[in-house]
Amino acid sequence: MSDANCVDLAIVGSGPVGMAAAIAARRHGLKVAVVDEQPAPGGQIYRDVETADAGRGAILGADYVAGRSLAEAFRESGASYYPSATVWRLASDGLSWSAPAGGGEIAAERILVAGGAMERPFPVKGWTLPGVMTAGAAQILLKSEGVVADDAVFIGCGPLLALVACQYLNAGVRIRAILDTTPPQNRMAALPHLPRALAAPGMLAKGVGMLARIAASPVAVSRRVESVELMGEGHLAAVRWRDPQGSHEIETERAFLHQGIIPNLNMTMAAGCRHVWDERQLAFRPETDVFGRTSLAWLLSAGDGAGIAGAKTAALSGEIAAHAVAYDLERLDTPSFEAATRLPLNARRRELALRPFLDALYRPAQGMRVPEDDDVVVCRCEEVRRGEIARAVAEGCPGPNQLKSFTRAGMGPCQGRLCGHTVVETIAALTGAAPEAVGYYRSRMPVKPVTVGEIAGLSFENNLREKSHG
Amino acid sequence: MFRRLETGARGRVTVNVDGRPVEMEEGANLAAALLEAGFSPFRTTPASGAPREPYCMMGVCFDCLAIVDNVPNRQTCLERVRAGMTVEIQDGAAAVAKAEEEL
Amino acid sequence: MRSTQWAVIGGGIVGAAIAYGLARAGEKPLLLDEGDVAHRAARGNLGNVWVQGKGAALPPYADLSRRAANDWAAFAEELEKVTDIDVHFRRPGAFFLCFSPEELEKRGAMMARLNDAATVKSRFEVLEGDELRRRLPAAGPALAGAIFSPDDGTANPLRLLRALIQGTVALGGEYLPCRRAENITFTGNGVEIATAMGSVRAERVVLAAGLGNARLAPLLGLDAPVRPVRGQILVTEKVRPFLDCGTNFVRQTVEGGCVFGESSEEAGFDEGTTLPVLRETAARAVAAFPLLRHVQVVRAWGALRIMSPDGAPIYQQTQDGRAFLVSVHSGVTLSSFHAGPLVETLMGEGFSTPAYHPFSPERFHVQAA
Repeated sequence: MSDANCVDLAIVGSGPVGMAAAIAARRHGLKVAVVDEQPAPGGQIYRDVETADAGRGAILGADYVAGRSLAEAFRESGASYYPSATVWRLASDGLSWSAPAGGGEIAAERILVAGGAMERPFPVKGWTLPGVMTAGAAQILLKSEGVVADDAVFIGCGPLLALVACQYLNAGVRIRAILDTTPPQNRMAALPHLPRALAAPGMLAKGVGMLARIAASPVAVSRRVESVELMGEGHLAAVRWRDPQGSHEIETERAFLHQGIIPNLNMTMAAGCRHVWDERQLAFRPETDVFGRTSLAWLLSAGDGAGIAGAKTAALSGEIAAHAVAYDLERLDTPSFEAATRLPLNARRRELALRPFLDALYRPAQGMRVPEDDDVVVCRCEEVRRGEIARAVAEGCPGPNQLKSFTRAGMGPCQGRLCGHTVVETIAALTGAAPEAVGYYRSRMPVKPVTVGEIAGLSFENNLREKSHG
Repeated sequence: MFRRLETGARGRVTVNVDGRPVEMEEGANLAAALLEAGFSPFRTTPASGAPREPYCMMGVCFDCLAIVDNVPNRQTCLERVRAGMTVEIQDGAAAVAKAEEEL
Repeated sequence: MRSTQWAVIGGGIVGAAIAYGLARAGEKPLLLDEGDVAHRAARGNLGNVWVQGKGAALPPYADLSRRAANDWAAFAEELEKVTDIDVHFRRPGAFFLCFSPEELEKRGAMMARLNDAATVKSRFEVLEGDELRRRLPAAGPALAGAIFSPDDGTANPLRLLRALIQGTVALGGEYLPCRRAENITFTGNGVEIATAMGSVRAERVVLAAGLGNARLAPLLGLDAPVRPVRGQILVTEKVRPFLDCGTNFVRQTVEGGCVFGESSEEAGFDEGTTLPVLRETAARAVAAFPLLRHVQVVRAWGALRIMSPDGAPIYQQTQDGRAFLVSVHSGVTLSSFHAGPLVETLMGEGFSTPAYHPFSPERFHVQAA
């Protein structure tokens, strides 16, 4: 392996965590490589922030535009940057990545997984239909391409749903309706956390502003929605829902779903570090110390991938993790380490003050996470329905891994990302066991699908060359 | 129907979508450009033949798979539009022979 | 405390086949299994019902495998009747792929020798490269040829395991997951099995705990000198059918995914994967079937084979017939035998009958002496 491919710190992901970590680690003189699946830095939160023009910036808001300076500093940091590269293997000796034009390996002393978050699965009838996508997907279309859909129905719960709706309103795009599935009891549950949340007034004011913006708009908002069904033959045609007023139905060709976000787990799971169930966030996350160190000496995880905390916190966590790596690799003595981490740790503590309030206020309803209708597809890839899962559990299937063997749930190309949490919570609901005791899929290499040829070390370019010469 | 808010400064190129030429902005996110062009569905599932379109737009759901430049199973949400590229609907399980024969 | 006549320890394909056989014979066996995370060979299995070349060192094993393969169709059919689960048994034959003329010749000679010594004969053909590619168009130019035997078949090990457990329950047995046998002791006229979820008392016990047998057997005065031999397996996405026969290291399932792997590593209980082995495995798969090059791998892992010193099964019992030991590495192929003839033996004269003598662990001590 050439010297260029041997680094002190390999970072997977170039969102706020990865960019901030790379900048800080470079300041300590570490050799850093950053590998990211996207063609440009920013992660999902600052996606395409380098190229978005003023008009789009105005639609998306100041928080989004703030990512630009981070991306600039990252570009200038001197870290080796591998865009459009998918990491498929990570281990104590380094990682393997693939790209259409050929992949490679990077040897690293430490690996920081900055894999960010993904949207929680929202398994309802019809959620696999064309015309249905997540609110996050709608936002990505807006962020990266300025592409929007008129007359969509926004369905679900969580700050992102309101944010995307506001951004649509900013852009002057018509919204057909907003169906809010937030359980009414959440407000009471969140109340005790409000005093602490007031310590982060900027964020809270922003949230209140968003809700006011929607309330002042002509968009029809239905609250306390208890059940949702997406209908259509081959494409979404209508949405049916139930709320305290009764049953309703409207025609639409587009629905944007959201039930909050959860850590993107496959990378840390496949690496094999210890994970814990976070009951407040209703998700598994890798167990880390405050600096991001996992149960494996060579692996760190920071940002939303280690527990949902938002973009600002993520950048701070990335910086803190980089200091810890420099310290662990003896590039930083104890006093310098303490001095370097004091400010970001304090800043992060202030940012986190809002979290318990948000988690309680936007805790997704049980019925939106754990389907009870046997017809609902749980595993989108293998099209395994809730009824098949219930049957296997009734047969005595002891957990998600035997369930995977018996039903094929989690065996498809998404490798369990879109069904993992649903399966765990469904087993828990059926057996009465705690999700922590149920456990999660044992994720495997490759962390993302990669061709047999790429694993064999045959790059795509080589294939083409052989072909043209043969 | 998806539409573009503003026309960008990027040049326009022709992409072959299921046999017909479609103009797209060069360097655009391919899945977004295909949605804008009304390409639907992107694929059908190997298990039941159900139609699918992009769901997450961030590389985790694998519902935006299509055959790109004769290579099946490409996540179109992770691709950029290039001049002369071809995109085809992926029907059920990928045909293994396809890439091999036509490359 | 639960009490029963028969307890089977081990909810893998071997234990479940025996429990199913016992239930089928009118007993009410308890099938004790570990929890969700266990070393499960079924999950790392190619799914071959494989006869070719088995028993080279022990001719009775060759006969056993052939008989089991011949019984498989009826076994699968009956399982489907009981459980409604199609275990995807097919018997179109299988190819043992060879990359060099020397390997092909050596393999052919071994097959002929083996057939001479066996009671149950096997059919096979030696195919040169071009003939192989005519029969199997997906085969690549790197292959020098193959041995084809129409006696080999394939099945889906995960469906098989589920069907056996379901069948056991449907026929009156009981499946008890999350009950790893922590200790087993002789008590009164039976045995007592201690688990974290309470004890189970049985008149007779069958140890079919895979690698766990090495730990459990000595508790009952039995001997299971088995060790883990790791094989790294890769599984691909579903692709259109191109391979309906079995081969020695690549199989396409009925669902469309490809499973391949052939490594044999002494790695203890480590179920991980290593880059050099994954690379080698992938490269050989592409060499054998070039079209695999562009197919996406969705999972890879290390699975542990249950290997005896000579690779052949170990069948043993205590003199009083209270405890039986079954340690095998080819659980899929032999499942028809385990559910049928072996259960009859368990319920009848036991492993002391001469047919089982070649499979006693005493054979290892004889060799050592």
